[in-house]
Amino acid sequence: MLRLLAGNAVRLVLVAGCFLLAGYAVVTIVGPGSGGSGPYGTDPSLPWMAVWFLGALVLHDVVLFPLYAGGDRLLTLALRAVPATRVPLINHVRIPVLGSGLALLMFLPGIIRQGGATTLAATGLDQEPYRERWLWLTAALFAVSAVVWLVRTIVTRASSAGG
Amino acid sequence: MNRPVAPRRVVRWRSPIRGPWLTSVFALPLLVGMPIVIVTGLLDWVAYGEGQSIPAREDLGGLHLPVFAWPTDPAWLFRLTEGVHVGLGMVLVPLVLAKLWSVIPKLFTPPPLNPVRLLERFSLILLVGSVLFEIVTGLLNIQYDYVFGFSFYTAHYTGAWVFIAAFALHVVLKLPTMVRSLRSRSMRTELATPLADTVPEPPDDDGLVAPDPDPPTMSRRGALALVGGGMLFVGALVVGQFSDGLRRTALLLPRGRTTAPDSTERGGPNDFPVNRTFVASGIAVAAITDDWSLELTGGAAPVRLDRAALAALPQHTATLPIACVEGWSTLQTWTGVRLRDLARVAGLEPEQVCSATVRSIEVGPFAQATLHAGQVLSDDSLLAVQVNGADLSRDHGHPARVIVPALPGVHNTKWVGSIGFVRC
Repeated sequence: MLRLLAGNAVRLVLVAGCFLLAGYAVVTIVGPGSGGSGPYGTDPSLPWMAVWFLGALVLHDVVLFPLYAGGDRLLTLALRAVPATRVPLINHVRIPVLGSGLALLMFLPGIIRQGGATTLAATGLDQEPYRERWLWLTAALFAVSAVVWLVRTIVTRASSAGG
Repeated sequence: MNRPVAPRRVVRWRSPIRGPWLTSVFALPLLVGMPIVIVTGLLDWVAYGEGQSIPAREDLGGLHLPVFAWPTDPAWLFRLTEGVHVGLGMVLVPLVLAKLWSVIPKLFTPPPLNPVRLLERFSLILLVGSVLFEIVTGLLNIQYDYVFGFSFYTAHYTGAWVFIAAFALHVVLKLPTMVRSLRSRSMRTELATPLADTVPEPPDDDGLVAPDPDPPTMSRRGALALVGGGMLFVGALVVGQFSDGLRRTALLLPRGRTTAPDSTERGGPNDFPVNRTFVASGIAVAAITDDWSLELTGGAAPVRLDRAALAALPQHTATLPIACVEGWSTLQTWTGVRLRDLARVAGLEPEQVCSATVRSIEVGPFAQATLHAGQVLSDDSLLAVQVNGADLSRDHGHPARVIVPALPGVHNTKWVGSIGFVRC
Protein backbone atom coordinates (compact mmCIF):
# COMPACT_ATOMS: atom_id res chain seq x y z
CA MET A 1 0.00 0.00 0.00
CA LEU A 2 2.82 2.36 0.95
CA ARG A 3 4.67 1.45 -2.23
CA LEU A 4 1.57 2.20 -4.23
CA LEU A 5 1.23 5.57 -2.54
CA ALA A 6 4.92 6.39 -3.02
CA GLY A 7 4.80 5.41 -6.68
CA ASN A 8 1.71 7.51 -7.14
CA ALA A 9 3.29 10.40 -5.26
CA VAL A 10 6.25 10.49 -7.63
CA ARG A 11 3.96 10.39 -10.63
CA LEU A 12 1.78 13.07 -9.11
CA VAL A 13 4.74 15.38 -8.63
CA LEU A 14 5.87 14.83 -12.21
CA VAL A 15 2.42 15.37 -13.68
CA ALA A 16 1.85 18.42 -11.51
CA GLY A 17 5.20 19.78 -12.67
CA CYS A 18 4.12 19.44 -16.28
CA PHE A 19 0.84 21.28 -15.73
CA LEU A 20 2.57 23.95 -13.67
CA LEU A 21 5.17 24.65 -16.35
CA ALA A 22 2.60 24.69 -19.12
CA GLY A 23 0.27 26.91 -17.12
CA TYR A 24 3.12 29.22 -16.18
CA ALA A 25 4.10 29.54 -19.84
CA VAL A 26 0.60 30.45 -20.94
CA VAL A 27 -0.06 32.86 -18.07
CA THR A 28 3.32 34.58 -18.35
CA ILE A 29 3.52 34.98 -22.10
CA VAL A 30 -0.08 35.50 -23.17
CA GLY A 31 -2.26 35.36 -20.06
CA PRO A 32 -3.11 37.73 -17.20
CA GLY A 33 -0.04 39.61 -16.12
CA SER A 34 1.71 39.11 -19.43
CA GLY A 35 1.79 42.82 -20.06
CA GLY A 36 -0.22 42.49 -23.26
CA SER A 37 -3.14 44.74 -23.99
CA GLY A 38 -6.44 43.77 -22.37
CA PRO A 39 -8.34 44.16 -19.09
CA TYR A 40 -5.78 42.37 -16.88
CA GLY A 41 -2.87 42.45 -19.27
CA THR A 42 -4.01 39.42 -21.24
CA ASP A 43 -3.11 39.02 -24.87
CA PRO A 44 -6.49 39.54 -26.54
CA SER A 45 -5.93 36.63 -28.88
CA LEU A 46 -5.58 34.10 -26.04
CA PRO A 47 -9.07 32.64 -26.63
CA TRP A 48 -8.24 32.21 -30.30
CA MET A 49 -5.01 30.43 -29.45
CA ALA A 50 -6.99 28.06 -27.26
CA VAL A 51 -9.43 27.50 -30.11
CA TRP A 52 -6.63 26.62 -32.50
CA PHE A 53 -4.98 24.41 -29.89
CA LEU A 54 -8.08 22.37 -29.23
CA GLY A 55 -9.12 22.67 -32.85
CA ALA A 56 -5.92 21.04 -34.06
CA LEU A 57 -6.50 18.20 -31.62
CA VAL A 58 -10.11 17.75 -32.60
CA LEU A 59 -9.29 18.08 -36.29
CA HIS A 60 -6.87 15.21 -36.06
CA ASP A 61 -8.94 12.90 -33.90
CA VAL A 62 -12.36 13.59 -35.33
CA VAL A 63 -11.64 14.49 -38.96
CA LEU A 64 -8.24 13.39 -40.18
CA PHE A 65 -7.99 10.01 -38.48
CA PRO A 66 -11.53 8.85 -39.37
CA LEU A 67 -10.90 10.10 -42.91
CA TYR A 68 -7.83 8.07 -43.58
CA ALA A 69 -8.88 5.07 -41.49
CA GLY A 70 -12.33 5.08 -43.09
CA GLY A 71 -10.81 5.59 -46.52
CA ASP A 72 -8.54 2.63 -45.95
CA ARG A 73 -11.53 0.53 -44.90
CA LEU A 74 -13.42 1.50 -48.07
CA LEU A 75 -10.37 0.70 -50.15
CA THR A 76 -10.08 -2.75 -48.56
CA LEU A 77 -13.75 -3.47 -49.22
CA ALA A 78 -13.57 -2.18 -52.79
CA LEU A 79 -10.56 -4.34 -53.57
CA ARG A 80 -12.43 -7.38 -52.27
CA ALA A 81 -14.98 -6.84 -55.01
CA VAL A 82 -12.26 -6.87 -57.67
CA PRO A 83 -10.68 -10.19 -58.70
CA ALA A 84 -7.51 -10.82 -56.73
CA THR A 85 -4.28 -10.08 -58.54
CA ARG A 86 -0.97 -11.91 -58.30
CA VAL A 87 0.51 -8.94 -56.47
CA PRO A 88 -2.02 -7.36 -54.06
CA LEU A 89 -3.10 -3.90 -55.18
CA ILE A 90 -3.81 -2.45 -51.77
CA ASN A 91 -0.42 -0.95 -50.94
CA HIS A 92 0.01 0.26 -54.50
CA VAL A 93 -3.07 2.39 -53.98
CA ARG A 94 -2.41 3.28 -50.33
CA ILE A 95 1.06 4.67 -50.84
CA PRO A 96 0.35 7.22 -53.60
CA VAL A 97 -2.82 8.30 -51.79
CA LEU A 98 -0.90 8.83 -48.55
CA GLY A 99 1.92 10.67 -50.33
CA SER A 100 -0.47 12.93 -52.18
CA GLY A 101 -2.56 13.51 -49.07
CA LEU A 102 0.48 14.35 -46.97
CA ALA A 103 1.68 16.89 -49.54
CA LEU A 104 -1.82 18.36 -49.73
CA LEU A 105 -1.99 18.73 -45.94
CA MET A 106 1.43 20.23 -45.48
CA PHE A 107 1.35 22.60 -48.44
CA LEU A 108 -2.37 23.37 -48.40
CA PRO A 109 -2.15 27.19 -48.36
CA GLY A 110 -0.29 27.30 -51.66
CA ILE A 111 -2.44 24.64 -53.27
CA ILE A 112 -5.75 26.26 -52.38
CA ARG A 113 -4.27 29.71 -52.92
CA GLN A 114 -4.87 31.11 -49.47
CA GLY A 115 -2.70 33.94 -48.19
CA GLY A 116 -1.99 35.21 -51.67
CA ALA A 117 -1.73 38.86 -50.74
CA THR A 118 0.80 38.27 -47.97
CA THR A 119 2.76 35.87 -50.16
CA LEU A 120 2.94 38.42 -52.93
CA ALA A 121 4.08 41.18 -50.60
CA ALA A 122 6.74 38.97 -49.12
CA THR A 123 8.10 37.03 -52.04
CA GLY A 124 6.97 38.94 -55.11
CA LEU A 125 5.38 35.73 -56.34
CA ASP A 126 1.82 34.51 -56.76
CA GLN A 127 0.57 31.07 -55.75
CA GLU A 128 -0.35 30.05 -59.24
CA PRO A 129 1.74 26.97 -59.97
CA TYR A 130 1.27 24.99 -56.74
CA ARG A 131 -2.09 23.43 -57.44
CA GLU A 132 -0.99 22.18 -60.83
CA ARG A 133 2.33 20.94 -59.45
CA TRP A 134 0.56 19.04 -56.70
CA LEU A 135 -1.71 17.39 -59.26
CA TRP A 136 1.30 16.40 -61.36
CA LEU A 137 3.03 15.10 -58.23
CA THR A 138 -0.03 12.98 -57.46
CA ALA A 139 -0.08 11.64 -61.00
CA ALA A 140 3.63 10.84 -60.78
CA LEU A 141 3.15 8.98 -57.49
CA PHE A 142 0.39 6.85 -59.01
CA ALA A 143 2.40 6.26 -62.17
CA VAL A 144 5.45 5.08 -60.27
CA SER A 145 3.27 2.87 -58.08
CA ALA A 146 1.67 1.34 -61.17
CA VAL A 147 5.04 0.67 -62.77
CA VAL A 148 6.34 -0.97 -59.61
CA TRP A 149 3.19 -3.11 -59.42
CA LEU A 150 3.66 -4.19 -63.04
CA VAL A 151 7.30 -5.05 -62.46
CA ARG A 152 6.44 -7.03 -59.35
CA THR A 153 3.68 -8.88 -61.22
CA ILE A 154 6.04 -9.81 -64.04
CA VAL A 155 8.76 -10.91 -61.66
CA THR A 156 6.28 -12.99 -59.65
CA ARG A 157 4.93 -14.64 -62.78
CA ALA A 158 8.45 -15.38 -64.00
CA SER A 159 9.51 -16.87 -60.68
CA SER A 160 6.35 -18.97 -60.31
CA ALA A 161 6.64 -20.17 -63.91
CA GLY A 162 10.29 -21.08 -63.38
CA GLY A 163 9.69 -22.65 -59.95
CA MET B 1 -15.09 -24.48 -25.88
CA ASN B 2 -15.71 -21.22 -24.11
CA ARG B 3 -14.07 -18.13 -25.52
CA PRO B 4 -13.15 -15.54 -22.92
CA VAL B 5 -15.65 -12.72 -23.14
CA ALA B 6 -13.86 -9.65 -24.44
CA PRO B 7 -15.04 -6.30 -23.03
CA ARG B 8 -17.38 -4.44 -25.38
CA ARG B 9 -15.24 -2.16 -27.48
CA VAL B 10 -16.28 1.08 -29.09
CA VAL B 11 -14.27 0.42 -32.21
CA ARG B 12 -12.95 -2.75 -33.71
CA TRP B 13 -9.26 -2.14 -34.33
CA ARG B 14 -8.23 -3.96 -37.43
CA SER B 15 -4.51 -3.47 -37.87
CA PRO B 16 -2.51 -6.54 -36.83
CA ILE B 17 0.78 -4.67 -36.66
CA ARG B 18 -0.24 -2.10 -34.08
CA GLY B 19 1.46 -2.64 -30.77
CA PRO B 20 3.98 -1.33 -28.24
CA TRP B 21 6.99 -2.37 -30.32
CA LEU B 22 5.89 -0.44 -33.38
CA THR B 23 4.96 2.57 -31.26
CA SER B 24 8.37 2.49 -29.62
CA VAL B 25 10.14 2.28 -32.96
CA PHE B 26 8.27 5.43 -34.01
CA ALA B 27 9.08 7.03 -30.67
CA LEU B 28 12.83 6.57 -30.83
CA PRO B 29 13.61 9.01 -33.68
CA LEU B 30 11.11 11.46 -32.16
CA LEU B 31 13.02 11.22 -28.89
CA VAL B 32 16.16 12.28 -30.76
CA GLY B 33 14.61 14.71 -33.23
CA MET B 34 12.18 16.68 -31.08
CA PRO B 35 14.80 17.98 -28.64
CA ILE B 36 16.81 19.16 -31.65
CA VAL B 37 13.78 21.00 -33.02
CA ILE B 38 13.12 22.48 -29.57
CA VAL B 39 16.69 23.63 -28.95
CA THR B 40 17.15 25.14 -32.42
CA GLY B 41 13.86 26.95 -31.99
CA LEU B 42 14.93 28.39 -28.65
CA LEU B 43 18.30 29.35 -30.12
CA ASP B 44 16.54 31.21 -32.91
CA TRP B 45 14.85 33.34 -30.26
CA VAL B 46 18.29 34.23 -28.91
CA ALA B 47 19.49 35.03 -32.43
CA TYR B 48 16.62 37.42 -32.98
CA GLY B 49 17.49 39.49 -29.94
CA GLU B 50 15.35 42.35 -28.82
CA GLY B 51 12.80 44.31 -30.69
CA GLN B 52 10.34 43.82 -33.52
CA SER B 53 7.52 41.39 -32.87
CA ILE B 54 9.54 38.80 -30.97
CA PRO B 55 8.49 38.31 -27.34
CA ALA B 56 10.86 40.40 -25.24
CA ARG B 57 13.01 38.84 -22.55
CA GLU B 58 11.23 40.62 -19.73
CA ASP B 59 7.88 39.24 -20.88
CA LEU B 60 8.96 35.62 -20.79
CA GLY B 61 9.44 35.10 -17.06
CA GLY B 62 12.62 33.13 -17.52
CA LEU B 63 11.25 30.80 -20.19
CA HIS B 64 14.14 31.18 -22.59
CA LEU B 65 17.72 30.08 -23.08
CA PRO B 66 20.39 32.22 -21.42
CA VAL B 67 20.70 35.33 -23.54
CA PHE B 68 24.07 35.79 -25.19
CA ALA B 69 25.33 38.02 -27.97
CA TRP B 70 24.69 36.08 -31.13
CA PRO B 71 28.09 35.53 -32.76
CA THR B 72 29.04 36.49 -36.31
CA ASP B 73 31.33 33.53 -36.72
CA PRO B 74 30.47 31.07 -38.26
CA ALA B 75 28.53 33.08 -40.83
CA TRP B 76 26.16 30.19 -41.44
CA LEU B 77 25.06 29.84 -37.81
CA PHE B 78 21.52 31.20 -38.14
CA ARG B 79 21.16 29.44 -41.48
CA LEU B 80 21.90 26.22 -39.59
CA THR B 81 19.64 26.75 -36.58
CA GLU B 82 16.66 28.03 -38.53
CA GLY B 83 17.11 25.57 -41.38
CA VAL B 84 17.31 22.62 -38.98
CA HIS B 85 14.36 23.87 -36.95
CA VAL B 86 12.06 24.17 -39.96
CA GLY B 87 13.51 21.37 -42.07
CA LEU B 88 13.69 18.75 -39.34
CA GLY B 89 10.36 19.93 -37.98
CA MET B 90 8.71 19.30 -41.33
CA VAL B 91 10.44 15.97 -41.89
CA LEU B 92 9.13 14.78 -38.51
CA VAL B 93 5.49 15.45 -39.45
CA PRO B 94 4.90 12.03 -41.09
CA LEU B 95 6.51 10.41 -38.06
CA VAL B 96 4.25 12.32 -35.67
CA LEU B 97 1.22 11.26 -37.69
CA ALA B 98 2.42 7.64 -37.66
CA LYS B 99 2.96 7.77 -33.91
CA LEU B 100 -0.53 9.16 -33.41
CA TRP B 101 -1.95 6.40 -35.61
CA SER B 102 -0.14 3.79 -33.55
CA VAL B 103 -1.57 5.00 -30.21
CA ILE B 104 -5.02 6.13 -31.27
CA PRO B 105 -6.81 3.15 -29.64
CA LYS B 106 -5.96 4.82 -26.32
CA LEU B 107 -8.28 7.66 -27.22
CA PHE B 108 -11.15 5.22 -26.99
CA THR B 109 -10.21 3.42 -23.81
CA PRO B 110 -12.26 4.54 -20.79
CA PRO B 111 -10.60 7.11 -18.50
CA PRO B 112 -8.78 5.58 -15.54
CA LEU B 113 -10.25 5.87 -12.05
CA ASN B 114 -6.94 6.55 -10.34
CA PRO B 115 -6.79 10.37 -10.18
CA VAL B 116 -3.06 10.48 -10.91
CA ARG B 117 -3.52 8.33 -14.00
CA LEU B 118 -6.42 10.52 -15.00
CA LEU B 119 -4.19 13.60 -14.82
CA GLU B 120 -1.63 11.78 -16.94
CA ARG B 121 -4.33 11.22 -19.50
CA PHE B 122 -5.07 14.94 -19.51
CA SER B 123 -1.39 15.66 -20.02
CA LEU B 124 -1.72 13.81 -23.32
CA ILE B 125 -4.13 16.53 -24.40
CA LEU B 126 -1.32 19.02 -23.79
CA LEU B 127 1.18 16.83 -25.63
CA VAL B 128 -0.83 16.12 -28.74
CA GLY B 129 -2.50 19.51 -28.81
CA SER B 130 0.76 21.40 -28.55
CA VAL B 131 2.67 19.36 -31.12
CA LEU B 132 -0.16 19.79 -33.61
CA PHE B 133 -0.46 23.50 -32.71
CA GLU B 134 3.25 24.01 -33.36
CA ILE B 135 3.09 22.09 -36.64
CA VAL B 136 0.03 23.95 -37.88
CA THR B 137 1.23 27.45 -36.91
CA GLY B 138 4.69 26.69 -38.26
CA LEU B 139 3.45 25.43 -41.62
CA LEU B 140 1.02 28.34 -41.99
CA ASN B 141 3.81 30.80 -41.16
CA ILE B 142 6.24 29.54 -43.77
CA GLN B 143 3.54 29.79 -46.40
CA TYR B 144 2.40 33.25 -45.30
CA ASP B 145 -1.12 32.07 -44.55
CA TYR B 146 -1.95 33.99 -41.38
CA VAL B 147 -5.49 32.72 -41.25
CA PHE B 148 -5.22 32.25 -37.49
CA GLY B 149 -4.96 35.97 -36.91
CA PHE B 150 -2.84 36.04 -33.75
CA SER B 151 0.84 36.88 -33.53
CA PHE B 152 2.77 33.92 -34.87
CA TYR B 153 5.86 34.56 -32.76
CA THR B 154 4.04 34.81 -29.45
CA ALA B 155 1.77 31.85 -30.12
CA HIS B 156 4.48 29.58 -31.50
CA TYR B 157 6.80 30.40 -28.59
CA THR B 158 4.09 29.77 -26.00
CA GLY B 159 3.06 26.52 -27.66
CA ALA B 160 6.69 25.46 -27.64
CA TRP B 161 6.86 25.70 -23.84
CA VAL B 162 3.60 23.79 -23.41
CA PHE B 163 5.09 21.12 -25.64
CA ILE B 164 8.37 21.12 -23.70
CA ALA B 165 6.45 20.51 -20.46
CA ALA B 166 4.25 17.76 -21.88
CA PHE B 167 7.04 16.11 -23.88
CA ALA B 168 9.38 15.98 -20.88
CA LEU B 169 6.66 14.34 -18.76
CA HIS B 170 5.79 11.88 -21.50
CA VAL B 171 9.41 10.83 -21.93
CA VAL B 172 9.96 10.40 -18.20
CA LEU B 173 6.80 8.34 -17.74
CA LYS B 174 7.13 6.23 -20.88
CA LEU B 175 10.85 5.63 -21.26
CA PRO B 176 10.81 2.31 -19.32
CA THR B 177 7.90 1.09 -21.44
CA MET B 178 9.69 2.14 -24.59
CA VAL B 179 12.89 0.32 -23.67
CA ARG B 180 10.98 -2.79 -22.64
CA SER B 181 8.93 -2.77 -25.83
CA LEU B 182 11.95 -2.28 -28.05
CA ARG B 183 13.55 -5.29 -26.43
CA SER B 184 10.44 -7.43 -26.95
CA ARG B 185 11.16 -7.95 -30.65
CA SER B 186 14.31 -7.95 -32.68
CA MET B 187 14.56 -5.19 -35.29
CA ARG B 188 16.75 -7.41 -37.42
CA THR B 189 14.14 -10.14 -37.39
CA GLU B 190 11.35 -7.73 -38.24
CA LEU B 191 13.33 -6.32 -41.14
CA ALA B 192 13.62 -9.84 -42.47
CA THR B 193 9.98 -10.72 -41.86
CA PRO B 194 7.86 -10.65 -45.02
CA LEU B 195 4.11 -10.11 -45.13
CA ALA B 196 3.28 -13.81 -45.04
CA ASP B 197 5.06 -14.24 -41.69
CA THR B 198 3.71 -11.09 -40.03
CA VAL B 199 1.94 -11.89 -36.76
CA PRO B 200 0.42 -9.61 -34.11
CA GLU B 201 2.38 -8.64 -31.01
CA PRO B 202 1.39 -10.35 -27.75
CA PRO B 203 -1.48 -8.58 -25.91
CA ASP B 204 -0.26 -5.54 -23.98
CA ASP B 205 -1.42 -3.63 -20.91
CA ASP B 206 -2.02 -0.43 -22.82
CA GLY B 207 -4.62 -1.88 -25.14
CA LEU B 208 -2.72 -1.10 -28.31
CA VAL B 209 -2.71 -4.64 -29.68
CA ALA B 210 -5.99 -5.43 -31.39
CA PRO B 211 -7.72 -8.51 -29.92
CA ASP B 212 -9.38 -9.39 -33.20
CA PRO B 213 -7.36 -7.94 -36.08
CA ASP B 214 -7.75 -8.42 -39.83
CA PRO B 215 -5.11 -10.42 -41.70
CA PRO B 216 -2.04 -8.27 -42.36
CA THR B 217 -1.82 -6.28 -45.60
CA MET B 218 1.52 -4.69 -44.77
CA SER B 219 4.42 -6.15 -42.83
CA ARG B 220 6.06 -4.18 -40.02
CA ARG B 221 9.10 -3.57 -42.18
CA GLY B 222 6.72 -2.32 -44.85
CA ALA B 223 5.15 0.09 -42.37
CA LEU B 224 8.57 1.36 -41.32
CA ALA B 225 9.55 1.79 -44.97
CA LEU B 226 6.30 3.69 -45.57
CA VAL B 227 6.91 6.14 -42.74
CA GLY B 228 10.61 6.48 -43.55
CA GLY B 229 9.71 7.02 -47.17
CA GLY B 230 7.22 9.69 -46.17
CA MET B 231 9.92 11.50 -44.23
CA LEU B 232 12.31 11.34 -47.20
CA PHE B 233 9.49 12.58 -49.44
CA VAL B 234 8.94 15.64 -47.25
CA GLY B 235 12.69 16.16 -47.02
CA ALA B 236 12.96 16.14 -50.79
CA LEU B 237 10.25 18.79 -51.08
CA VAL B 238 11.89 20.98 -48.46
CA VAL B 239 15.64 20.72 -49.06
CA GLY B 240 15.43 23.21 -51.93
CA GLN B 241 14.57 25.89 -49.39
CA PHE B 242 18.10 26.06 -48.12
CA SER B 243 20.18 24.68 -50.92
CA ASP B 244 20.85 27.02 -53.85
CA GLY B 245 21.84 24.08 -56.04
CA LEU B 246 18.61 22.16 -55.35
CA ARG B 247 16.33 25.18 -55.20
CA ARG B 248 14.01 24.05 -57.98
CA THR B 249 13.07 20.87 -56.10
CA ALA B 250 11.04 22.80 -53.51
CA LEU B 251 8.06 22.35 -55.79
CA LEU B 252 5.32 23.43 -53.45
CA LEU B 253 7.05 26.29 -51.65
CA PRO B 254 7.75 29.87 -52.78
CA ARG B 255 11.52 29.56 -52.46
CA GLY B 256 11.69 27.00 -55.21
CA ARG B 257 10.98 29.56 -57.88
CA THR B 258 12.79 32.29 -59.71
CA THR B 259 11.98 35.84 -58.66
CA ALA B 260 13.13 37.37 -61.93
CA PRO B 261 10.36 39.48 -63.49
CA ASP B 262 11.20 38.28 -66.98
CA SER B 263 13.36 35.71 -68.69
CA THR B 264 16.24 38.13 -69.30
CA GLU B 265 16.93 38.38 -65.58
CA ARG B 266 16.43 34.70 -64.77
CA GLY B 267 19.61 33.32 -63.28
CA GLY B 268 20.99 36.84 -63.04
CA PRO B 269 22.76 38.42 -60.09
CA ASN B 270 19.53 39.50 -58.40
CA ASP B 271 17.64 36.27 -59.02
CA PHE B 272 17.45 34.86 -55.53
CA PRO B 273 14.57 34.67 -53.03
CA VAL B 274 13.03 37.84 -51.69
CA ASN B 275 11.35 38.43 -48.38
CA ARG B 276 9.42 41.70 -48.53
CA THR B 277 9.16 43.28 -51.92
CA PHE B 278 9.78 46.91 -52.77
CA VAL B 279 6.14 47.35 -53.70
CA ALA B 280 5.02 46.07 -50.31
CA SER B 281 7.37 48.42 -48.48
CA GLY B 282 5.41 51.43 -49.67
CA ILE B 283 8.55 53.44 -50.33
CA ALA B 284 8.38 56.09 -53.04
CA VAL B 285 10.73 55.44 -55.94
CA ALA B 286 12.32 58.85 -55.63
CA ALA B 287 13.33 58.08 -52.05
CA ILE B 288 15.67 55.36 -53.22
CA THR B 289 16.92 56.99 -56.39
CA ASP B 290 17.44 60.74 -56.80
CA ASP B 291 16.63 61.76 -53.24
CA TRP B 292 18.58 59.06 -51.48
CA SER B 293 21.37 59.76 -49.05
CA LEU B 294 22.73 57.87 -46.06
CA GLU B 295 22.74 59.61 -42.69
CA LEU B 296 25.34 58.51 -40.13
CA THR B 297 24.91 59.68 -36.56
CA GLY B 298 26.71 59.11 -33.29
CA GLY B 299 29.73 61.28 -33.82
CA ALA B 300 30.18 64.99 -33.21
CA ALA B 301 27.76 65.86 -36.02
CA PRO B 302 25.60 63.82 -38.42
CA VAL B 303 27.31 62.92 -41.69
CA ARG B 304 25.44 62.57 -44.97
CA LEU B 305 26.73 60.45 -47.82
CA ASP B 306 25.26 60.17 -51.29
CA ARG B 307 25.80 57.20 -53.60
CA ALA B 308 28.96 58.65 -55.11
CA ALA B 309 30.49 59.32 -51.69
CA LEU B 310 29.59 55.80 -50.59
CA ALA B 311 31.19 54.34 -53.71
CA ALA B 312 34.35 56.32 -53.04
CA LEU B 313 34.88 54.59 -49.70
CA PRO B 314 36.92 51.36 -49.59
CA GLN B 315 34.71 48.47 -50.76
CA HIS B 316 34.83 44.93 -49.42
CA THR B 317 33.32 41.77 -50.85
CA ALA B 318 32.03 38.88 -48.77
CA THR B 319 30.11 35.71 -49.56
CA LEU B 320 27.43 35.42 -46.94
CA PRO B 321 24.20 33.50 -46.51
CA ILE B 322 20.96 35.21 -45.70
CA ALA B 323 18.39 33.12 -43.83
CA CYS B 324 14.84 33.88 -42.80
CA VAL B 325 12.39 32.61 -40.23
CA GLU B 326 10.51 30.53 -42.78
CA GLY B 327 13.52 28.27 -42.81
CA TRP B 328 14.86 29.18 -46.22
CA SER B 329 18.31 30.56 -46.96
CA THR B 330 20.56 31.46 -49.83
CA LEU B 331 24.27 32.15 -50.29
CA GLN B 332 25.26 35.22 -52.30
CA THR B 333 28.27 37.47 -52.80
CA TRP B 334 27.86 41.00 -51.45
CA THR B 335 29.97 44.11 -52.05
CA GLY B 336 29.86 47.27 -50.02
CA VAL B 337 31.42 49.36 -47.27
CA ARG B 338 32.33 47.77 -43.95
CA LEU B 339 30.12 48.97 -41.11
CA ARG B 340 33.14 49.77 -38.97
CA ASP B 341 34.49 51.99 -41.76
CA LEU B 342 31.18 53.81 -41.71
CA ALA B 343 31.57 54.24 -37.96
CA ARG B 344 34.89 55.97 -38.60
CA VAL B 345 33.25 58.22 -41.18
CA ALA B 346 30.62 59.06 -38.58
CA GLY B 347 33.40 60.08 -36.21
CA LEU B 348 33.72 57.06 -33.90
CA GLU B 349 36.66 54.74 -33.56
CA PRO B 350 35.68 51.06 -33.63
CA GLU B 351 36.51 50.56 -29.93
CA GLN B 352 34.00 53.29 -29.08
CA VAL B 353 31.05 51.59 -30.73
CA CYS B 354 28.66 49.71 -28.43
CA SER B 355 25.83 49.16 -30.85
CA ALA B 356 24.21 50.56 -33.96
CA THR B 357 20.61 51.09 -35.00
CA VAL B 358 19.97 50.74 -38.69
CA ARG B 359 16.82 52.41 -39.99
CA SER B 360 15.17 51.80 -43.29
CA ILE B 361 13.35 54.37 -45.37
CA GLU B 362 10.41 52.02 -44.98
CA VAL B 363 8.10 52.68 -42.07
CA GLY B 364 6.90 49.65 -40.16
CA PRO B 365 7.57 47.04 -37.47
CA PHE B 366 10.47 45.44 -39.31
CA ALA B 367 11.98 48.66 -40.60
CA GLN B 368 14.82 48.92 -38.16
CA ALA B 369 17.31 46.67 -36.45
CA THR B 370 19.80 46.97 -33.63
CA LEU B 371 23.24 45.42 -34.01
CA HIS B 372 25.55 44.72 -31.11
CA ALA B 373 29.23 45.67 -31.15
CA GLY B 374 30.47 42.34 -32.46
CA GLN B 375 28.06 42.54 -35.36
CA VAL B 376 29.04 46.11 -36.23
CA LEU B 377 32.76 45.46 -36.10
CA SER B 378 32.93 42.10 -37.87
CA ASP B 379 35.16 42.02 -40.95
CA ASP B 380 32.30 40.92 -43.15
CA SER B 381 29.52 43.15 -41.83
CA LEU B 382 28.68 45.38 -44.74
CA LEU B 383 26.41 48.07 -45.97
CA ALA B 384 26.05 46.30 -49.31
CA VAL B 385 25.40 48.19 -52.54
CA GLN B 386 26.02 45.33 -54.93
CA VAL B 387 25.23 41.65 -55.02
CA ASN B 388 27.01 39.21 -57.33
CA GLY B 389 28.69 42.14 -59.04
CA ALA B 390 25.55 44.07 -59.93
CA ASP B 391 23.67 46.86 -58.19
CA LEU B 392 21.02 45.64 -55.77
CA SER B 393 17.59 45.40 -57.33
CA ARG B 394 14.72 47.26 -55.69
CA ASP B 395 13.35 44.10 -54.13
CA HIS B 396 16.74 43.37 -52.62
CA GLY B 397 17.08 46.76 -50.96
CA HIS B 398 18.40 49.21 -53.57
CA PRO B 399 20.47 51.27 -53.09
CA ALA B 400 21.88 49.85 -49.87
CA ARG B 401 21.11 47.09 -47.40
CA VAL B 402 22.89 45.75 -44.36
CA ILE B 403 24.33 42.24 -44.46
CA VAL B 404 25.85 40.78 -41.29
CA PRO B 405 27.14 37.21 -40.87
CA ALA B 406 24.81 34.86 -38.99
CA LEU B 407 22.20 37.57 -38.46
CA PRO B 408 18.53 36.60 -39.01
CA GLY B 409 17.39 37.82 -42.40
CA VAL B 410 14.80 40.24 -41.08
CA HIS B 411 17.51 42.23 -39.27
CA ASN B 412 19.50 42.72 -42.48
CA THR B 413 17.70 45.97 -43.11
CA LYS B 414 16.90 46.90 -46.68
CA TRP B 415 16.53 50.38 -48.21
CA VAL B 416 18.74 51.79 -45.47
CA GLY B 417 18.20 55.46 -44.68
CA SER B 418 20.33 55.97 -41.62
CA ILE B 419 22.70 54.24 -39.23
CA GLY B 420 22.94 55.52 -35.69
CA PHE B 421 26.10 54.41 -33.91
CA VAL B 422 25.90 54.35 -30.14
CA ARG B 423 28.93 55.30 -28.10
CA CYS B 424 29.82 53.15 -25.10
